[in-house]
Amino acid sequence: MKTLLILFLVSVTNLHAQYPTGKEVMDKVDQNMSSKNRIFTSKMIIHGRRSSRTIESKSWAEGDKKSFTEYLSPAREEGTKMLKLEDQLWLYSPSADRTIKISGHMLRQSVMGSDLSYEDMMEDSKLTDQYYAVVTGVENIDGRECWIMELTAKISDVAYHLRKLWVDNTRYIPLKEELYAKSGKLLKKTELFDIIQLQGRWFPKRIVFKDVLKKGDGTEFIIETIQFDQEIPEHIFSKAALRK
Amino acid sequence: MIRFLFKGLLRDRNRSLLPALVVTIGVMLTVFLHCYITGVIGDMVDTNARFTSGHIKVLTKAYAENMDQSPIDLALEGVSELTEKLKKEFPTVTWVPRIHFGGLLDVPDINGETMKQGVTMGFAADIFSENSTEIERLNINKGLVRGSLPKLPGEILISDDFATKMNVNPGDVVTLLSSTMYGSMSVYNFTVTGTIKFGVGLMDKGTILVDISDARLALDMFDAASEILGYFGNSPYDDLLAEDAVNRFKTAFPEIEDEFSPTMLRLKEQGFFSSYLDMVEYFVAIVVSVFVVIMSIVLWNTGLIGGLRRYGEVGVRLAIGENKGHVYRSMISESILVGFVGSVFGTIIGLLLSYWLQTKGIDVGSLMKDTTMMMQSVFYAKITPAAWYIGFFPGLFSTVLGTMLSGIGIYKRQTAQLFKELEV
Repeated sequence: MKTLLILFLVSVTNLHAQYPTGKEVMDKVDQNMSSKNRIFTSKMIIHGRRSSRTIESKSWAEGDKKSFTEYLSPAREEGTKMLKLEDQLWLYSPSADRTIKISGHMLRQSVMGSDLSYEDMMEDSKLTDQYYAVVTGVENIDGRECWIMELTAKISDVAYHLRKLWVDNTRYIPLKEELYAKSGKLLKKTELFDIIQLQGRWFPKRIVFKDVLKKGDGTEFIIETIQFDQEIPEHIFSKAALRK
Repeated sequence: MIRFLFKGLLRDRNRSLLPALVVTIGVMLTVFLHCYITGVIGDMVDTNARFTSGHIKVLTKAYAENMDQSPIDLALEGVSELTEKLKKEFPTVTWVPRIHFGGLLDVPDINGETMKQGVTMGFAADIFSENSTEIERLNINKGLVRGSLPKLPGEILISDDFATKMNVNPGDVVTLLSSTMYGSMSVYNFTVTGTIKFGVGLMDKGTILVDISDARLALDMFDAASEILGYFGNSPYDDLLAEDAVNRFKTAFPEIEDEFSPTMLRLKEQGFFSSYLDMVEYFVAIVVSVFVVIMSIVLWNTGLIGGLRRYGEVGVRLAIGENKGHVYRSMISESILVGFVGSVFGTIIGLLLSYWLQTKGIDVGSLMKDTTMMMQSVFYAKITPAAWYIGFFPGLFSTVLGTMLSGIGIYKRQTAQLFKELEV
């Protein structure tokens, strides 16, 4: 009897010992996903209720504080630029020749009618800086074994108070994500596909965002080309660059 | 008989003055309440009809499900053709297209960068066409505070309170940041030609008034509109007429399985009106009934006290052979006279108060600052033909009921006891 009890207790302890800590997993995810800088071209396919639209853009990003995006097509969007510096966002429209600051609750509005908000597009902070993470289980997604992570916000100034991540336990890249409000209501879903290895990092080529509160088929974000840790001229991250 | 009773009431004012006063007050309140509610609700219906709901409205099914959010991505397309069909089917109705949109109004500094920003509600109507009825319907001329009406493309009016808050003056250029019908970003410059007071708190907070051609250009809405509003001439809203129009629409435009197919709603089916108007009717009926009950109880009490005073008189009348029923009926006749006089005075005073409120109005703008309802900022009463007689129903009913209840005691008097009481 005593032997059985000891064996039972050891097996339960081992079961928990199989899961890494949330911080360990998130550190590895941040190591994989974050970079000094990156330059990428992308396509955003927005599936609206009436029709689908494709928006092409080129972006320069440095860490999580600076990014510059220029929209290349379609014609209505061509020449529109966005600049993010720290927590401030500016938009330049060539048709109106105006530089407009986007702030406050406007950041929660949809970008170009997509399922992403300006806040979602600006977000690039390390999750470990903003969330407590716990591994709660294991699940298989498309043949890849994933840690199920539950993240709870450390600070109040975050877009989503609760997050659930399914992290590939070999490549340390999230394959699926659910974003929740403080009330526990599911707000957005993200799924990552076509994972490739680039310069030692695992990166998704296609991300599908779905705003659960909106009807429609969501927004696809396709990264066509991406380069990490390049030389980016400093003048790109300035308001003057918006009007060039 | 009536003259005799009337003389009796005039000579013995103690038995008539208090009941008449009670009836006067009750009738005055009933008449005033009727005129006040008719005026306020009538104006609310009219304001909503003019600005948002029309008497009837055609819009897509998808838009109808999300009307509160003004989703232009669910707007009507092919509006010109649809309007022609509606004019053929409903020749007596005036049809006007409208576009409602939301966005950010950005005021630039001298470098063209953001100086000030504010959330705005955009309202687009046909104000440039020569034969357009919209300027009159929306009271734009009367509401103009500063500057002048837009005359050229790219010109807008902005609500005066919003202009003050944003420090915008006629002649300034502002930029609208919004979304087009297809979801693209829309950044469009406008020139402010004037400021306007709509007289509706919600709109005065932050509305820009744009010609529909400009809105279509800015929001990529060629031959499209959020909705097409229909008006039955200048008459007030008639729900039966609207219901008939909706039924005819369903026959002329059979429903199809497409969320962007047109549907028609009447005013009473839109927003909070669907239950609000019925609720107000019940409320008025309940309040009038409560007045009747309260007045009846007071008059019953007064009748009982009067009965005590007239105990001897009734005893003598019964003793000399007057029939109990006759005494009872004469008291009821007296009460009808008292009720009639009280109702006349109450109606006159109620109408005078209502006339004052109809002319002056009560400005509740400060209470409406944070409202999300389309309500006028100034409440006016409205004297209707019904106001001249509506007070008589509770006025007469309550006096008669009160007297009937208090007069029951007459039937309990015993003839055998009468002389003994007289001795006392």
